[in-house]
Amino acid sequence: MGAFLAKRFLGVLPVIFGVSIVIFLLVQLAPGDTATVLLGPQATEAAKEELRRALGLDRPLAVQYFQWLGRVLTGDFGTSIATQIPVLDLVLPRFVNTLILTAASLLLAIVLGYGIGFFTALRANSLFDRIATSCMLMAGSAPPFWLGLVLVLVFAIDLGWFPVSGMEDFAGDGGTMDLLHHLVLPAVTTALGPAAIIARIVRSGILDVLGRAHVRVARSKGLQRRDLLRRHVILNALPPIVTITGLQLGYLLGGALLTEVVFAWPGLGSLLYDSITARDLPVLQAATLLIALAFVLANIAVDAINAMLDPRLREI
Amino acid sequence: MSAAQIPSLVVENLTTRFGSDRDGATVVDGVSFVLTPGQTMALVGESGSGKSATALSLMRLIEPPGRIIAGRVLLDGRDLLTMPERGMEDVRGGQIGMVFQDPLTSLNPALTIGRQITETILAHRDITPAEAERQAIDLLVRVGVSDAARRIHDYPHHFSGGMRQRVLIASAISCAPAIIIADEPTTALDVTVQAKILRLLHDLQQEMHASMLLITHDLGVVAAMADTVMVMYAGRIVEQTDVDTLFHAPRHPYTKALLACVAGIEDDRSVPLQPISGMAPDLKDLPRGCRFAPRCPLVQDVCRTTDPALRAVSRSHSVACLLVQEETAVV
Ligand SMILES: Nc1ncnc2c1ncn2[C@@H]1O[C@H](COP(=O)(O)OP(=O)(O)O)[C@@H](O)[C@H]1O
Ligand SMILES: [Mg+2]
Repeated sequence: MGAFLAKRFLGVLPVIFGVSIVIFLLVQLAPGDTATVLLGPQATEAAKEELRRALGLDRPLAVQYFQWLGRVLTGDFGTSIATQIPVLDLVLPRFVNTLILTAASLLLAIVLGYGIGFFTALRANSLFDRIATSCMLMAGSAPPFWLGLVLVLVFAIDLGWFPVSGMEDFAGDGGTMDLLHHLVLPAVTTALGPAAIIARIVRSGILDVLGRAHVRVARSKGLQRRDLLRRHVILNALPPIVTITGLQLGYLLGGALLTEVVFAWPGLGSLLYDSITARDLPVLQAATLLIALAFVLANIAVDAINAMLDPRLREI
Repeated sequence: MSAAQIPSLVVENLTTRFGSDRDGATVVDGVSFVLTPGQTMALVGESGSGKSATALSLMRLIEPPGRIIAGRVLLDGRDLLTMPERGMEDVRGGQIGMVFQDPLTSLNPALTIGRQITETILAHRDITPAEAERQAIDLLVRVGVSDAARRIHDYPHHFSGGMRQRVLIASAISCAPAIIIADEPTTALDVTVQAKILRLLHDLQQEMHASMLLITHDLGVVAAMADTVMVMYAGRIVEQTDVDTLFHAPRHPYTKALLACVAGIEDDRSVPLQPISGMAPDLKDLPRGCRFAPRCPLVQDVCRTTDPALRAVSRSHSVACLLVQEETAVV
């Protein structure tokens, strides 16, 4: 397993390098001009030129990129152009908040998706299967923005069960319960779409394995149903399910960024939104790079889990 | 009555259907037979005649849309078809061991072969996993897997088809079942290993004094291994007798047609069933009268209107043919 992980990490290095180039270039596409944004529309061309030189924005893109990469590799992400706060101080706490929302959504998507997928597969084509499958289809195809607003209307404003927005209550104790209370609606909003996709994959994966010859052989051995399902169905169905779950992690992360804006969740999503508006390139770059890194690490974790599950993969 | 005469399995009027009442097919239609301890009964018939469905029905392994709609399967006087599922779990693998057709897909690719044998043992015996593993190694040695102590940790993809079938046989006999059901156990294998696997099954059955239901489409295998034979056609048993009578004095026109294709049979020679002319009937739309009538060279008018029942023509010989009944009436 150690060698396997080492190989996977080496394998993603070029990917991360490529990603860093793409991020660097994409961020340049953000609308507006940094000097104009900073100095205001009345600034003279000379003043803007001066600022660009100070920020190094007048050099060729390739030079800018390697300077940026060199600093990033030493952990220096620079200073926010808009707020003059060191980028890491700005980005890291927001990143943690986004991870909290993403992790909660992932957990919810897994519990919902695996549970519903598994039980609908075992009772395929029953009334329960049809109802659950259509509900998941509807929930899964609702746009998260709309879903978030509906949930807020019903559960926060009408019923008053959950807070409308934010991450903590200033009047509250700021403890875990308070956080969880605020977490419910954004997590549900983010999780439902991926949960629906996971449920569909789990259902079809379990059904596929149930039809395989080795399951009938296992039944002919007189195994108890619980052992039969665990060893001969779930174990075999897991690899594609884990892969899809890993892919959903990307969507969850992206979804969380959008949900944050609806629920005023103080994460990277709202920070990204603000820094695009302010054309705060160092912040944008650091935030997107962190997201990409999280994505790559998640993929490695998925591969490692699959290698543990499937002996044939492990030997490659 | 000596032990050899106490039937180990009595099957009465076993009837299994796939699909709904209106749009479905009765693929096992009133099958009755008796398995005697220490004996091998062969079940032959062309593809789709209901041989596998019969075997799976005995084990109650028919899955929806199929279901057993009638009959009794008596094992030690208990009816398997009405037994609770828990009881059936004890029977499967414990009292009846089953070997399937395709060893390449019959093993779980995600479990070591050792695990796939010990799980059978542990499902039926109250022993430690370590003891089960020792037994698994002994079993593997017994079925001819060399270096067994090391190989139990290997996964199925390291084994050839023949070796996988040996592993599956080891699992099927691990709890010394009184009955072995083998559904075309060598069809998917290389011809060079077919004979070895069959010999292994034969030897194990003799050693354990088990009875065996051997499904095959190879008349050479029938001649070499079986004591008695059932010929199945379109869900029905059409002829049932001992192996000598079958080869030397078959009565049903279908059996005769099968044997005509393989004149002069010798022991241990592989003689796969040859397709006989005409098409097997559609089980969803059976002809009136005898199911074999459309292909029968001896067909009479009465055959197209009257459905023949399986009737004894001698003490150990039953045939489902109207013409044969007339013949015996005269004799
Ligand atoms: N799962 C199933 N659903 C519907 N029909 C089936 C199913 N399994 C078997 N059958 C039908 O049952 C009949 C007997 O099949 P089978 O017992 O497998 O034949 P054999 O083993 O003699 O080749 C065939 O007509 C087949 O189409
Ligand atoms: Mg078959």
